[in-house]
Amino acid sequence: MDIISSALHDAFSPFALSFVLAAIGLNVHFGYTGLLNFGQAAFCAVGAYAMGVSVASFDLPLIVGIFFGLVASALLALVLGVPTLRLRADYLAIATIAAAEIARLVFSTSFKEYFNARDGVSGFTRGFRDINPLPDFNGQFLTFSRNDWWVMTVGWVLVALTCIFLWLLMRSPWGRVLRSIREDEEAVRSLGKNVYSYKMQALVLGGVIGAFGGFIGGLGLASVQPDSFNTDFTFIAFTMLILGGAARILGPVVGAVLFWGVLSGVGSTLARLSSGDNPIIPPDLMGSDQVSNVRFMLAGLALMLLMIYRPQGIFGDRKEIALDAR
Amino acid sequence: MPADATPNPTPTPEAGPTTGPTTGPTTGTTTGHAAAAAALAQVPSEPGAAKPDPIVIADNVKRSFGGLTAVDVEHVEIQRGVITALIGPNGAGKTTFFNLLTGFDQPDSGDWSFNGTSLRKKASHKVARLGMVRTFQLTKVLSKLTVLENMRLGATGQRGESFWAAPLKFLWGGQEDENTVRARELLARFKLDGKEKDFAGSLSGGQRKLLEMARALMVRPELVMLDEPMAGVNPALKQSLLGHVKSLREDGMTVLFVEHDMDMVRDISDWVIVMAQGKVIAEGTPDSIMADERVIDAYLGAHHDVDITEMEREIEQEHLEYGDPMGDSAHQPREEEK
Amino acid sequence: MHVPRLRVPLLVSLVVVLIGMLASPSLAATEEEQSNTVQGTLVNTAEDRAPVEGVEITVTSPDGEVFTDTSDDEGKFEIEVPGRGGRVMIELDTETLPDGVSLRNENKSSITRNLNPGQRAVILFPIGPDTRDIATKWDRIPQLVVNGLIFGIILALGALGLSMVFGTTGLTNFAHGELLTLGAMAAYMFNVAMGLPFVLAAVLSVVVGLAVGWAQDRGLWRPLRHRGTGLIAMMIVTIGLQFLLRNLFQYFTSGRTLNYDAYVTPSGVDVGLFSYTYRDAIMAGISAAVIIAVTLALSFTRFGRATRAVADNPALAASTGINVDRVVSGVWIVGTGLAALAGVFLGYTLGVTFNIGQFTLLLLFASVTVGGLGSVWGALIGSLIIGVLIEVSTLVIPAELKNAGALMLLIVILLVRPQGLLGRKERIG
Repeated sequence: MDIISSALHDAFSPFALSFVLAAIGLNVHFGYTGLLNFGQAAFCAVGAYAMGVSVASFDLPLIVGIFFGLVASALLALVLGVPTLRLRADYLAIATIAAAEIARLVFSTSFKEYFNARDGVSGFTRGFRDINPLPDFNGQFLTFSRNDWWVMTVGWVLVALTCIFLWLLMRSPWGRVLRSIREDEEAVRSLGKNVYSYKMQALVLGGVIGAFGGFIGGLGLASVQPDSFNTDFTFIAFTMLILGGAARILGPVVGAVLFWGVLSGVGSTLARLSSGDNPIIPPDLMGSDQVSNVRFMLAGLALMLLMIYRPQGIFGDRKEIALDAR
Repeated sequence: MPADATPNPTPTPEAGPTTGPTTGPTTGTTTGHAAAAAALAQVPSEPGAAKPDPIVIADNVKRSFGGLTAVDVEHVEIQRGVITALIGPNGAGKTTFFNLLTGFDQPDSGDWSFNGTSLRKKASHKVARLGMVRTFQLTKVLSKLTVLENMRLGATGQRGESFWAAPLKFLWGGQEDENTVRARELLARFKLDGKEKDFAGSLSGGQRKLLEMARALMVRPELVMLDEPMAGVNPALKQSLLGHVKSLREDGMTVLFVEHDMDMVRDISDWVIVMAQGKVIAEGTPDSIMADERVIDAYLGAHHDVDITEMEREIEQEHLEYGDPMGDSAHQPREEEK
Repeated sequence: MHVPRLRVPLLVSLVVVLIGMLASPSLAATEEEQSNTVQGTLVNTAEDRAPVEGVEITVTSPDGEVFTDTSDDEGKFEIEVPGRGGRVMIELDTETLPDGVSLRNENKSSITRNLNPGQRAVILFPIGPDTRDIATKWDRIPQLVVNGLIFGIILALGALGLSMVFGTTGLTNFAHGELLTLGAMAAYMFNVAMGLPFVLAAVLSVVVGLAVGWAQDRGLWRPLRHRGTGLIAMMIVTIGLQFLLRNLFQYFTSGRTLNYDAYVTPSGVDVGLFSYTYRDAIMAGISAAVIIAVTLALSFTRFGRATRAVADNPALAASTGINVDRVVSGVWIVGTGLAALAGVFLGYTLGVTFNIGQFTLLLLFASVTVGGLGSVWGALIGSLIIGVLIEVSTLVIPAELKNAGALMLLIVILLVRPQGLLGRKERIG
C-alpha cells in the first residue's frame, strides 16, 4: 500500500510539477517545432534563480521576481537562438546543453553573495505562503502538507492553463507553420514564411514555460539549488515527453506523472526487497544507495526501448513526430 | 542595376496576380501562346538576349563549390507572361541557378532583380513574398499534413500566423475560411479535390507534384519556378501536368521551369535557355534551339549516355546543400525517384 | 522490406559481461574499504624539509569517535577512520611540536574535511616559512600550457572517436563519454581486482573497448540504421544509453573515487620554465603516437580511404563497392578503443569514478565543434585548444569555472564559424 501511495505522492508532487512544465516546454521545442533543446534545465534554472534572487536578495515582491524570471528565460532563448537556429538541429542540441552547463557552473561558483554556491537560494517563499487560501491544518493530508497543497493547486492550474493555451495555439495557422517547419524548413520558406522567426518564437515560448517549471519547483522545495538543474534534468524531461508522446498536448503531462509514479514505485519496491532482516535481493547485489542507480538504469533503458520500438509514446501518432527528421 | 537592363516595374495588365486562377484547366488554347510568341518574335536567338518585358534580369551571377564553378551566368532575362524552359545536361548548374535566384543559396557575386527589385542577399521567404515562388526537384510536400492543410499553409498574409492572434480564433477564422475556399478551388482545378483529407505523404509522385504546384499558387505568385515538374511523374499524368503548366500562362503568370525531356520542352515552352557547365550557351525559340548544333553537342549528345553515378551525385549534392547530414536515408535508395 | 531484428541477446550479453567485469572489484572493495584513511607527512621548511617527528594528530569521526597517531621519524602519520566517509575533523596538537617549530599559520591547527566513502585523504599541515616561489600570473603560463596540452592530447583520443563516428554516420553520440569511463573501469578491474600489472591492464582495457565498440555497432547501431531509424531518434537512444551506463558504473562503484594499484603521486621533472611528471610524459607520448597512427591509417590504408569515402558520401561510396556497414563497424571499434584508452589515462589523472564521462562529454563536444565536426585533424587541434584554454583560463577565472570557459568557446565558435576551424563550410546547412 505505501508503495502505491508513495508512487502517487511522487507523481503529483511539486517536484514532479516542475518536470511537467519543463516537459511541456520541450514539447513546444521538440514535439511541435523539431528543435532539439538539450538545455531546458537552463531555462528552468534561470527562471527560478531570477525569481529567488529578486525576492531573497532584493526584497522585491514575488510577482516582480516571477516577471524577472520570465524575462530572463526569454532573453536566454534569444541569446541561444540567434547563433544556432540557422544551423542544423544537432548544433542547437550541443549549444543548449553547453549553455545549461555554463549556467549551472556559474550559479554554483559565482556571485556567491546572491547565489550562495551549492546551498542555493532560499527565503523567497513567504509572499507565496502568505496568500495560501487553503483551510488551516497541521501535519499532512494525503501525504502532503498544507503548503504542498497550495503549491500543487497553483501548479496544476498552471499546467491546465498552459495546455489550453497550447491547444489554442497549435490548432491555429501559427501552429501549422511550426509543424511544417518540423517537417521541412525549405518548403515553408519557399511559401514566404520567415522560418527563423517562427523557430525563435517557439524557443522563447518553450523556454518561458520551462521557467514556470523552475518557479513551481523552487516554491515547492523552498529553495533553488544549482545541482538540481544538471543535464540529467533535461534528459529526464525528454524521457517523460517521449513516454507520454511528443506533439500531443497531454503527452508530457501524462508522461511526467507516469514517469515519477513508476520510478518511485520501482524504487520503493526495490528498497523493500533489498532491506529488512531477510531481504529477497541480497544486499551484496543492491545496497540502499544502489536502488537509485538501478531505477535510473531502468529509466535509461526505457528511453532507449521507447525510442526504438514506440517513438510516438503512449499518445503520439507515429506518423506525426519529427524523429525521422535529418 | 546593370546599365543595359530595361526595368519595367509596372506589371502589364495580364500579369496582375490579384484575381488569381480559379477556373478549370484551360488546356492548350492558343491565344496565350500566340501572344507570347509575338512578344518574343523580335528577340534574337543568342545568349543574354534582351527581352521586351523582362520580369527577371540576372547579371554576373557566380557560384562555386570548392574549386568547381557551378554557376557563372553573365546576363540573362526572363520574359514576362511566357513559359521559359531552362535546359541543360546534368551538372549544368540549373538547380543551383534556381536556388540562387530564389535565395536558397548565396552566390559568390552577381546581382539579379525581380520586377525591378534587386534580390541580392534577399532571404528566400522574402523572395517568395514578392511573388516569385518555386517548387523543388525532390518534391517538398509536407507529408504529415493533410492535402488541405498543405494548401492553407501556402496562403500569405495570414493573421492567424502571428503568435498573438493565433489563440484567438475570431481574429483569423474568417480569413481561414476564405483561404479554404480558394484552396478547394485550386485542388479541384488540379484534380486533387477528392484527396483533401488525406495526408500528403500518401499521394503518388505525380500527385505530389500537382499539390506542390497548387500550393505555390496559394502564394499568388507572378512568377512560378518549377524545378523538374515532370521528374518521377507517371507518364499517364504527364499530359495533364503539361496542361496545368500551360494554364498558368493563360492566367497571366510567368513560368520558368527546368526540364530534361526535350519533347515536353518543345510542346509547352515559348522560349528556351540552355545551360552547360554553369554558363548560358544558347537561347531561342524551341524550334531554333532544336536546330542549334551547339545545343545538340552540349546537351542532346551528352544526354543519352548520362552516367548513373553522376545523377546520384547530383541528388546527393542537393541534399548536402540543404544541410542533410549523411543519414540513414543516404544508405537506402529513395523510392520516389525510381 | 526485411528489417533486421535488434540483437537483444547480444546486448544483454554485453551488459552481463560488463556486470561480470565490474562485480568482482566492487564486491572485493566493499569488504575491505569500509573505512577512510587520513594521512600526511610533516616537514619543516625552515630546516630544508626535515621530517617533524612525534607530533600528535587526532581525527574526530562523524560519530564523534577520536583516533590518534603520532608522526614517525619520516614525519608520516596515518590514521584509519572506520565508517563510510562523512565530515571529519583533523587536529594537530601544537603542544607536541618540537621547541622552536611552529605551524605556518597558528590558527590552522585543525582542519575539517568531507570524505567520500573509502577515500584516502592527504592532509597538509605546513610548518615553517613558505619557501615556494611565489609565481606571478605570467610566470605560470608555460606550466599551464603544458598541463593543458597533456590534458588536451588525452582528450583528443576521445574526440577523435566521437568525430569519426559523426563523420561516417552523422550520429552525435551523447554516450561517448561513458565509453571513456568504461576504459577506466576496465583498467581498474584488471589492475586492482585481478592484480595484473598496470601496463597489461591498460592494454586489456583497450581490447575491451575495441570489443565493446564492435558489439554496440552490431547489437544496436547497425540494426537501427537498417530499420531506418532517424538520426534524431538515434541521438535520443544515445542519451538513454548514457543514462544506463553511467548509473551502471555508479552502481558498481557507489560513487567512490578509486585509484589504480600502481597509483603513486608521481615526482616531477623540472625543466626550468615548467615541470612535468614521467607519468604525464608517457601518457601524452602514447596518446600522440596513437593519434598519429590512426590519422596516418585514415590517409594511407585501404580501410582508411574507404572510411573517408563513406564520410564524404555514403551513397556514392556504397555504389563504388565499399561495404558501408563494415566501414562503420570499423569506425565504432576504433572509436571505442580510443575512448577506452583515453579513459584509462583519465582514470590516472582524475581517479576512477563513474562520472569521468559526464565530466568529459561536453569538453569532447567543445573540442570537436571547435576543431570541426567530422574532421580528424580538427578533433586533435580542437582538443589541444580546449585543454590549454581550460588550464590557462584559471589565471583569470576561478578554477571551478574553467569548464565554463571551454563551453563558452564552443558557443562563440558556433556563432562565428559554425563549421569549426577545420570543418568544411558546405556541411552545416
